[in-house]
Amino acid sequence: MKAHNALPDRTITVAALSCRRGEQTLFADLQFTVPPGELLLLRGPNGVGKTTLLLALAGIIRPESGSISVTGRHPDDRPGTDLHLFGHQPATKARLSVCENLRFWADMFGGDRALIDRALEAVGLAHIAGLEAGYLSAGQTRRLGLARLLVADRPIWLLDEPTAALDSQGEQLVLGLIDAHLRRGGIAIAATHHDMHLAPPAKVMTLTLHRPAVPA
Amino acid sequence: MTAFLALIVRDLRLAIRIGGEALTLVLFFVMIGVVVPFAIGPDSAQLGRLAPGIVWIAAFLSMLLGLDRLFRADDEDGSLRLFRHAALPLPALVGAKMIAHWLLTALPVILASPILAVMLSMSMTDWLRAMLSLLLGTPALVAFGTLGAAVTVSLKRGGLIAPVLILPLCVPVLIFGVGAITGLGTAQATVFLAAISLVTCAFSPLFAALALRAGED
Repeated sequence: MKAHNALPDRTITVAALSCRRGEQTLFADLQFTVPPGELLLLRGPNGVGKTTLLLALAGIIRPESGSISVTGRHPDDRPGTDLHLFGHQPATKARLSVCENLRFWADMFGGDRALIDRALEAVGLAHIAGLEAGYLSAGQTRRLGLARLLVADRPIWLLDEPTAALDSQGEQLVLGLIDAHLRRGGIAIAATHHDMHLAPPAKVMTLTLHRPAVPA
Repeated sequence: MTAFLALIVRDLRLAIRIGGEALTLVLFFVMIGVVVPFAIGPDSAQLGRLAPGIVWIAAFLSMLLGLDRLFRADDEDGSLRLFRHAALPLPALVGAKMIAHWLLTALPVILASPILAVMLSMSMTDWLRAMLSLLLGTPALVAFGTLGAAVTVSLKRGGLIAPVLILPLCVPVLIFGVGAITGLGTAQATVFLAAISLVTCAFSPLFAALALRAGED
């Protein structure tokens, strides 16, 4: 059963993936599959490579070996135009208003300006849409970043610590957004230190990354 | 196309709100024109002879000033990374940034060139030729500058390296830029200057995008 405004189906399959940062191999021989409508939680201690894995999935870092394949993409589409990356960096301009920041990203991502008001409403920034983004608190800046995911419909969400700097309401907000996204048939991969409990129909998988054993 | 225009509009809007950047460049440009007559002496014939070179040196140096800001801010706040997932390919977005950068750094300098022309007692025809030559030559400076900025954006202290890196590339632009104002064969130099700009502006976005991608990897 799918919602009426369903997202295009995508399945991410990762096989024998290894990544390194500098001299250090972060993880090796990773495999998983994320089918439409599912959330994959990446767990593991700091520095184990969660962010690196997300960047590799986003096509920003080239993996050392292994493959990342996404089925469902139209062959003419550029890879990356069907995903949102939500990382630690805000990607907002202090001297643009909240609304202008969002309008810019809606245009950049080929999104819909009509979705801006609803997105601001959803993340709880509608009352300060005209305020310059430089005056926002850390949590509000994160919320503005979350609104970016909502102004352009894309089936793949890559979230790096989505609940960082957010209050408990904000955490609920993130869960709500992810849940709605999964219901529409989207997929989400989130690196997090918190447990994410979603209501039963949502399927959540957990992948715990380990440091590779150092040969003695 | 929306993304292309959105990026230009955003860069212009930010520059206007933050303010001062274009003014700094123009001030620098004009200051060179003010200082030179004192250094060389008030002989107007001699000044007029040197003027084309001085105008180009002033324009070149003031454009180098703004170079580091081309990608730096977008890199620091993570926007540059998200550009990779935009509706348009990265080279097209680099092209949009180049247009915005030209409007913010080259256009003010070109508009301020009459002040320099008066200070350096250029003749009317020389000044008109200087305007044309700047108009045709500055896109090439922006193109090389974009390349330098893209290569050095991943370096934390890249601000000084980019100008040094592109300096040798810009020498032909200076030679033909000045050649298009005075000397023999101004017409040929003008055409050649336009050709340099066309070629560099065509290729620079591609290579700059490549450098930006490699910088993140």
